[in-house]
Amino acid sequence: MSHLLELKDCTIQFGGLVAVDAVNFHLESNDLLGLIGPNGAGKTTIFNLITGIYQPSSGSILLEGKDLKGVACSSIAARGIARTFQNIRLFKSLSVADNIRVAARLHTHHGFLHALGRGSSFRKEEEEVREQIMDLLGLFNLQDFADDSAGSLPYGSQRRLEILRALATKPKVLLLDEPAAGMNPTEKEELMELIQQIRDQFDLSVLLVEHDMKVVMGVCKRVVVIEYGKKIAEGAPTDVQRDPKVLEAYLGTTHEVVEAGDA
Amino acid sequence: MRWISEHSRTTLLIGLALAGLLQLISGNLDVYYLNIGLMAAIHVALAVSLNLVNGYTGQFSLGHAGFMAVGAYTAASLTTILPEALPAIAGLKGFSLQLWFVFSTLVGGGAAALCGFLVGMPSLRLRGDYLAIVTLGFGEIIRVFIQSSDTLGGARGLSGLPPLTSPFTCVSLAVISIYICGNLVKSTYGLGYLATRDDEIAAESVGVNTTRCKVNAFVVGAFIAGMAGSLYGHLLQYINPSQFGFLKSIEIVVLVILGGMGSTLGVSIAAVVMTFGLEQMRNLNEWRMVIYALLIIVFMIVRPQGVMGTLGVERSRTKSKRKAA
Ligand SMILES: Nc1ncnc2c1ncn2[C@@H]1O[C@H](COP(=O)(O)OP(=O)(O)O)[C@@H](O)[C@H]1O
Ligand SMILES: [Mg+2]
Repeated sequence: MSHLLELKDCTIQFGGLVAVDAVNFHLESNDLLGLIGPNGAGKTTIFNLITGIYQPSSGSILLEGKDLKGVACSSIAARGIARTFQNIRLFKSLSVADNIRVAARLHTHHGFLHALGRGSSFRKEEEEVREQIMDLLGLFNLQDFADDSAGSLPYGSQRRLEILRALATKPKVLLLDEPAAGMNPTEKEELMELIQQIRDQFDLSVLLVEHDMKVVMGVCKRVVVIEYGKKIAEGAPTDVQRDPKVLEAYLGTTHEVVEAGDA
Repeated sequence: MRWISEHSRTTLLIGLALAGLLQLISGNLDVYYLNIGLMAAIHVALAVSLNLVNGYTGQFSLGHAGFMAVGAYTAASLTTILPEALPAIAGLKGFSLQLWFVFSTLVGGGAAALCGFLVGMPSLRLRGDYLAIVTLGFGEIIRVFIQSSDTLGGARGLSGLPPLTSPFTCVSLAVISIYICGNLVKSTYGLGYLATRDDEIAAESVGVNTTRCKVNAFVVGAFIAGMAGSLYGHLLQYINPSQFGFLKSIEIVVLVILGGMGSTLGVSIAAVVMTFGLEQMRNLNEWRMVIYALLIIVFMIVRPQGVMGTLGVERSRTKSKRKAA
């Protein structure tokens, strides 16, 4: 049986810098895996590799046993990998609802000519999409903001909207890049519950990059620790925390930075 | 919801009915103003279709006049050059001649769309700025090609185009263009264009094939420009390569910017106002272009987002903030 998502000796170099160095890990279905490490360790780069923004210099990434090499970003999304971004990337000129609608587009059947013909089946589908959007917005209590411009939402809501947008693609794997960054403690509590709720309700796997240890410990069954692009530990959160290599990576100068996050 | 009720087919039919009405009463209208009105309608089609590319999809094409030229010359080949060889077509009259003209115009649009595909496919894969250079080059190549072709009349141009452009065809083209471009971006499908403009990486991450969106918008834009070119030629009854030069492309870009990038209504208004305005200033001779330029500068200072747009300013602001994922 192949894993849902598997990284095999995944490596990428930028000039002389090996940003990700022979990293191996895998995700099962309905998994909750944490990916932690000091600033600049290569976590976001791993997300960019998985989503096809970068191609690995060597090694491979498999989704349900199939190599993602050379597959376009949009096709990777279509195969079931969705993500959020560390620096929020919403469609700023679009409304909150339309941000999600762009993602829901992936599963609609009507194309260019239907959009011009506006037949009854086209309008029916548009109506269904609208209902889907409202259901999703309800998940995070954002219904009332549906017609507001996405850029006008407060920071925490923008992060939540980005998660909803990713969910609208109906992913098998959801990659969250520091979703708790910039949130207050109550919002973080809510977020932790939501991540678990989403996983169960949508039957997906979550790969979570997060600096806030409390969030990671509270949500993840397993964590992978990387430093300077290399995996240095993997296991249950409590075990990993006691690992001497992890302590070394997190103690000293990097400690403050890790706690504060690099948002 | 708003996006369902807006831009219905009923709106399109009302527009076409108005075009028919104009055709019926055109005999009673002042020919001078009627012709300016028809030119305005052609400019609406040009501006609205360029807005699909430059405004909605966030690319920067400078070759719209090139697509016009392809459309105009292709259609003119069918209505003016071909009949010399084929008496059957030369004999067409009345309604069947009009049908032949509509067919020729569609073929002209198709030829322009094909060129759009060939130009867009390689260049739209690259970053936005390349498109400006490539389309600029394309427009010039088309112009030089026509100039050196004897069959197409070379630099002298092609005269004797039959006066087939009617009020109905002009206004219909404008109405259909507005319907296509305005409607598309309201649909879930067409939202991909706007997402591509806002953030390509984010759009790809939710499954939008941004290259396909860009090529698609570009081809649709070229198709409409080609048809507009055909109507333009058969309205003036004379075409020459310099009518479709770089300056014509700039003129259309100006309409899009003045109207407000990404507002179909705004660029339509700009197209009508500018066509009538420039015509009224004709007696100012060489001062006309100076005043034209000054008006644009003043307008852009007073209202940088254009007549209706909200985008121009916001876009340049977010663009500078953009970083890699
Ligand atoms: N496109 C790129 N070009 C050059 N260096 C990069 C690029 N992307 C990331 N890096 C480098 O890779 C390293 C890992 O970065 P990143 O994955 O963002 O770390 P983090 O774990 O904080 O998310 C950093 O040293 C960063 O400067
Ligand atoms: Mg990061």
